[in-house]
Order: sequence, then structure tokens, then C-alpha cells
Amino acid sequence: MKLAQRIQSLTLGASLLAAGLPAWAVPDSVGGPAIRQLNFQTPVTPIASQIYSLHTWMLIICLVIFVAVFGVMFYSILKHRKSLGHKSATFHESTSVEIAWTIIPFIIVIGMALPATKTVVAMKDTSNADITIKATGMQWKWGYDYLKGEGEGIAFLSNLSTPREQITDHSKPKNAEYLLEVDNDVVVPVNKKIRIVTTANDVIHAWAVPSFGVKQDAIPGFVRDTWFKAEKIGKYRGQCSELCGKEHAFMPIVVDVVSAEDYTKWVNGKKKEMASKADDPSKVWTVDELKQRGETVYTANCVACHQANGKGVPGAFPALDGSAMVNGPRAAQIDILLNGKNAMPAWKGVLSDTEIAAVITFTRNSWSNKAAENIVQPAEVLAARK
Amino acid sequence: MSTTAVDHGHQNSHDDHGDHGHPTGWRRWLYATNHKDIGTLYLWFSMTMLMVGGVLALGIRAELFQPGLQLFQPEFFNQLTSMHGVIMIFGAIMPAFVGFANWMIPLQIGASDMAFARMNNFSFWLLPPAAILLISSFFAPGGAMAGGWTMYAPLSSQMGIGMDMSIFAMHLMGASSIMGSINIVTTVLNMRAPGMTLMKMPMFCWTWLITAYLLIAVMPVLAGAITMTLTDRHFGTMFFNAAGGGDPVMYQHIFWFFGHPEVYIMILPAFGIISHIIPAFARKQLFGYASMVYATSSIAILSFIVWAHHMFTTGMPVTGQLFFMYATMLIAVPTGVKIFNWVATMWRGSMTFETPMLFAIGFIFVFTMGGFTGLILAVTPIDIELQDTYYVVAHFHYVLVAGSLFAMFAGFYFWGPKWTGYMYNETRGKIHFWASLITFNITFFPMHFLGLAGMPRRYADYPAQFTDFNVVASIGALGFGLSQVYFLFAVVIPSIRGGEKAAANPWDGAEGLEWTVPSPAPFHTFEVPPIVK
Repeated sequence: MKLAQRIQSLTLGASLLAAGLPAWAVPDSVGGPAIRQLNFQTPVTPIASQIYSLHTWMLIICLVIFVAVFGVMFYSILKHRKSLGHKSATFHESTSVEIAWTIIPFIIVIGMALPATKTVVAMKDTSNADITIKATGMQWKWGYDYLKGEGEGIAFLSNLSTPREQITDHSKPKNAEYLLEVDNDVVVPVNKKIRIVTTANDVIHAWAVPSFGVKQDAIPGFVRDTWFKAEKIGKYRGQCSELCGKEHAFMPIVVDVVSAEDYTKWVNGKKKEMASKADDPSKVWTVDELKQRGETVYTANCVACHQANGKGVPGAFPALDGSAMVNGPRAAQIDILLNGKNAMPAWKGVLSDTEIAAVITFTRNSWSNKAAENIVQPAEVLAARK
Repeated sequence: MSTTAVDHGHQNSHDDHGDHGHPTGWRRWLYATNHKDIGTLYLWFSMTMLMVGGVLALGIRAELFQPGLQLFQPEFFNQLTSMHGVIMIFGAIMPAFVGFANWMIPLQIGASDMAFARMNNFSFWLLPPAAILLISSFFAPGGAMAGGWTMYAPLSSQMGIGMDMSIFAMHLMGASSIMGSINIVTTVLNMRAPGMTLMKMPMFCWTWLITAYLLIAVMPVLAGAITMTLTDRHFGTMFFNAAGGGDPVMYQHIFWFFGHPEVYIMILPAFGIISHIIPAFARKQLFGYASMVYATSSIAILSFIVWAHHMFTTGMPVTGQLFFMYATMLIAVPTGVKIFNWVATMWRGSMTFETPMLFAIGFIFVFTMGGFTGLILAVTPIDIELQDTYYVVAHFHYVLVAGSLFAMFAGFYFWGPKWTGYMYNETRGKIHFWASLITFNITFFPMHFLGLAGMPRRYADYPAQFTDFNVVASIGALGFGLSQVYFLFAVVIPSIRGGEKAAANPWDGAEGLEWTVPSPAPFHTFEVPPIVK
């Protein structure tokens, strides 16, 4: 009886598991990894191609040595056994053999290092770039500023666009580009040398796109650079590659490589969009306007720690709902948003005056909060910056 | 090593008053000054930590069984990976080798005990408080340290009190290691039996002598790095904070100046163990004893000039990248020499394949794969592509688990009869070997593919294309974990309780002073030093 019940529940579990399988099955991602991929992603830059062939070269040498050394060892294991009556020899040293197997590996190692040297030098040559883009790592998103070349002046943030419920709700099917998709792609023209300058706002991140052969740490307070020249139009995907805290897995990088004409179109469109979105910090807003704007800012930047319900994570991230600071005088809250404190990052370089004013106003009028000073105008934030 | 001939007439006559006056019950362990008791303590401690670290690893693999967040929040997942690393390195691997050193070095060199018996006691008893700090930090506000075992600044400044607990734990374990090392250096250099010159010394003592020097050189560097982190966190210093004129990358330089020799600290004693087992079961002297000593020393010296290969993606000058690439690849040469010497030792031997030999051959086979991936990772452009991906995870588990851990299993099966006085169960030993070898490869081999395809490490969730290999790795990990539970309950504990009595030398090819004393080794051995001819 018991056994029958167990078998029943086992079959039920197994069939549920089987039913769930198609939901997990996704196609290959476009510009990212393929399913059960065994080797590097298809290279689209000269550097990535060189890395690909270097690796193949190394792998072949290693396999040859592997087969040779273990061929000898396993031959010995098979033949030189006591059970076959093999008597042990007595030799135990030979200077000439030792010298030979020191020098031969040394020569092999040189054969590996020489072709690599050329690639190292090429990877470090970031001169004469057509376009320079600054990538700023932040907990947990990337900010991009087009510093030089066509598109100069464009700046935007790039957030993970995979819906949160796909991550936490196991019953929801996952996108093909699950965790490899963002709201704003980095757009670059094809066949142009793009220099990426990396830095970070809080902790170390790493900007990486495997099919470009690019990985560069983004270090707070320092700038580093790397470059790529994509030779094929398409979207290419990477992920943050230096542990940066809890949402480390959720800040991907997507580069959209387009033709020169499409790039010019994108630049013009983006510039118009930025001009229309630019806020005048002296504008006076109403509470409802600011609260509405603040909600989008909060969702994009604050929920990861303080949570959508404003309760935070006990012991790690403080609650905003019912918080003394949120319900108290404005100045302290403006200060912590601008300058940060402990795990709270400084937002003065990331968000505009209007966005900071909006998100503060949002927190002061949401959940159970009914602050006496319930509105902060952008002008006050601007004044606090000085 | 030359042959040893020892007169044992004195041994038995001393037995009757040898057991007098040493404490029993809990006092025997708390006040332990006997190298064998302290060795046992070390080994049990590291076995416990191996199980704790293994549970954390299974937590990681359970979460990664499927994409999405099922079991743990990412902040807790990061605590699991960080604490798995710290516990396995500082709690399991390093103390286990010190346990082997305590048990075997005096027996191998014919010394009556370690040089500083009370310091030996202290260096062990520093470890349990450190372990308690580490494990209890999971229950601290904000949880355990979650910055990775490398604790890179400035992420380390964002942690709660768990970070401070980890720092103090590492201070304690570092102090313990330094004292243990001083003890080993002093013992090996001063207490060898008459006639045992350095170049007649057993390989395990040689590798540990060199390891001890490495430890003394680099543990203070680690202590410095984490103390700077501590003062950055609490006392307003700005060592690693760019806003105050510090440099986060400086932390990485200091850390890896410790960290790279550290990986050799964890593998050199393993080389020593293997260098005893292969000759014993090939019934043939170790090939190229002198070159083994020189190769070990070369690896140790080179280990100080390769640290920045862990940092190729931080963006160092092209000359720096080239230097560290060349230096790193150079290490392949002495390491290769060691592999060749072992194979030459087996060549035309008269081999049998008891469990110690199986683990030793398994070690050579799988460790070499880790060596090859190390060579591939040494090439800067390839490293930049693979840095912080699962390829690196695969690489260091191939050298640390299949390297250090397998060597220690080999050492347990080899010397265990000397410790317990009973033979282990051969069938069960073989089951343990094959289960471990197979499940290890199921777990870690697919990680090479994941890394090549670009899956970053320390990720609580991953793109769905990586699912299949993660499923395989997780299933393998469960099997590997269970194999070690089997080892503990079906092999270790029964072999302590009883079984076939072990002879003084249960292996017909094994040589060395440790096999001249009875099994189990009496409480006091070599009260009168043996003469080595």
C-alpha cells in the first residue's frame, strides 16, 4: 500500500518535471551563448578570432602531450603489473633524461607564448579610436556616455529588461534572451574602432562581451580602457564579470552593431529624445506629478534593495516604509541620496535633480508614509549639490 | 632516499613507562602535546570542515540546478560561494595537510615529537574558534561574508558584521598556520635522525619544508591585506578607497601576492604524498629524487612572481601582462618534470593497485588536466576571455579537489593503517575511489564548456542556454558529496573501530622510518633516535 502510494507520487512528480521541461527549453540566444555550446562564442572581432585560434592551438598541443604522457603511463599500468609477473627494474635516475624533459617543455612553452604575445600587444592598443564610449558600472546596471566621435554627448542607463517574475516565478517560461537583454542597448557602427573607457560608481564591475574578446574591469575612481572593432552587424551579449554584490547576475551588456547609416539615424533620434526629456531644474512641480515620476525612478533604481513594498531587507537594507529619515526633515534624505552612505550608493552622478526630487517625494507619500515635509523640488536638490 | 636500517630493541622496553602520565579523556585532547594526538585533532577538524563546506557547495549546486531563483536569494547565494571557498581552503585543505605533517614528519625523520609541543597545541586550538566565527557568521545581522573568498575591496566595505567575523577568523587561522610552519621548519631542520642528510630526507618532509617557508612568507601578507580592509571599514582609513586617495586594485595585488603562493601551499604537500605512494606500489625507487627536490623549490620560488595573472582584466600595462604570462607559463616546466618523474617511477615497475595507488594515479591523471587548463589560462588573451567564468572554476577544482583532496585520500589509505592499527576495507576503498573519480568529472568537466561559452562565475542565476550542463554538474556534485559521506561512515570510522590488524609495514614496497615502528604507532616513538645509514 505504502509502496503503491510512493510510486504514485513519484510518477506524479516525474510527470510534472517532464511537463515543466518544455518551459525551460529555450532556443539559442542571438549574439549570446547557444544551447550546450562547447567552445567559445563565434568571434566577430579580429581580436576574438585570434583568441579563438590561440585557444585551438593550445588545446591541440595540450592534447598531444596528454596522449603521449598518459599513453606511456597507461601502457605501464597495463604491462608492468605484479599480477602479470613483471619484476621491477632498479633504475632511478638519469641526468640526461631529466635535462631533456626540462628543455623540451621549455621549448613547447615558448611555442605557446610567442603567438600570444602579438595578440596581447594588439589588445592593448586603444589608440586612434573612431568612437569613445564610457561604460560606468553601477550596482546593478550600466551607464553609457558617448564621449568622442559621432554621437558625442549621448548618455543613458542600461538596465536588465527580463521581467522580474521570470526570475523568481518558476512556472513562467523564460525568454530566449533571459538575463541577456537590456532596455537600452549600446549602439555602435560596424567596422569602426570603438574604444570603451570603463569606470564604476561603487564597487568593481567588469564589462565583457565574449564574442568581441573583450573583458575589462570597471574600477571605482579609476579609468581603464579596451577596444573592439565588430565586423558583423547584429546584437552581441555579455554579462558583468566581477562579483559586485547581490544583483551581480542581473546587469548584462548588449551591444547593437549597426550599419553606418543606421547608426547616424540612431544618433539623431537619440539626441532628439534626450533634448525632449531634459528637465529644467527650476520648474516647480506638484506632489502628484513628482510622485508619478518618482515611481518610475524608484522601480528602476531602488527596488533591488529597498523592495517594491518599501520594507527593505532586514539586517541588510533598511526599510523606507515608516523610516524616520523619510518622514523627517528633507535635508537629511537629500544628502544621503546625493552622497550615499555605506551600502547606499551616491546618486549625484547617476540621477538628475528632477529624478532625485521625484523619488524622494515618492517615498514620502507612499506606503504608510505621510511626511510633514511631503515634497522636494528639483531646485532644492540643485542647491544641496553645491 | 637511501635505505634505512634501524635497531628497534629499545622500542619495546620503553613501552611500559611510555604511556605513563599523559592525560586521558577530554584532557588528552585539550592539553595535547603529542604530535600524533595533535595530528589526529587536525585531521578530524578538517574532515568536519570538509563536510560543512560540502553542504555549502551542494547548496550552490542546488540553486544552480535550474535557471531562475528557486531556493535562495542572491545575497545568500553569494554567502554560500564565499564561505564555501574560505571554509574549504582555510578549514579543510590547509589543516588537513598540517595534520598529515604532524603525524608523519616526526615518524619519517625519526624524531620523538615536533620541536615545539605546546605551540603545536596552541596552533591547533586556534582553529576551532576560527571555525565557530566563520559558521556563526551566517546568523549575524546581514549574514555571512558575501564578497567571494578573495574579499575584493571596495565590495568588502559593503558587508555587515559577517565580514569582520571572517577577517578575525582568517587572522586566527593565519596565526595558526604560521606557528605550525615554524614548528615544521624547526623540526625538519634540527630533529632529523643521525645520518639523515637533507638529500636523504623523505619527499613529504621536503615538500612540507618548502611549503612551511611559503606559509611564513605569505600569511602575514594576507593578514596585512585583511587588516587594511578592517581599518577601511571601521577606522576611516582609505587604503582601498579611491575617494580618499586609495586604490582598490592595490588590494588585489596584496591579496594575490599571498594568494598565488597559497595555491602551491595547498598542492606541494600533495606532491610529497604522491611521491611516497607511487614508488611503494611500483616497488621501485622514486625516479629522480634530486630533480624532484629542485622542481619543488623552483615551483615555490616562481610562485612569488606570477601573482598578477589573477588580475589580467584589471587593465595593467602591456609589459606587465607579458611578464606575468611568461612567468606563469614557466611554472609548467618544473610541474611537468614532476609528472614525468612519477610516470618514470611507474615505468617497468611491478605494480599493484590498492586504493592508495588508485588515488595516486587518479591524482596524476586528473591533476594534469587541471595543469593543462592552467597553462591555457596563463595565456593572457585567452585568460581575458575566460577570467571569472566557469572555466576558472573547473580549473581550480581540478587542481584542488582532484589534486590536493585526492592526494590526501591517497595519504589516508596509505598511512591510515599506521595511525589506526587496522587495515581499511579494500573493496570499500575502491568503491570510494571510483565513485569519487567519476562523480568529480561529472561535476567539473562540463564547467569547462560553460566557461568557454561565457557563463560567469559567482552567478546565482544564469541564461537558460546554460541549463543542461548545470543540471549535469549539480547531479555530479550530489554524487561526489555522497561519496565523501560514504568515505567517512563506511571507510574511516570502521577502520578506526577495528578490522584486519595492520602489520608494521602493510605494503611490501613501502620504505621509510615510519614503517619501522609498530601499527598503530605507539604514543611515543623514536625516544632514542634511529641511525640512518
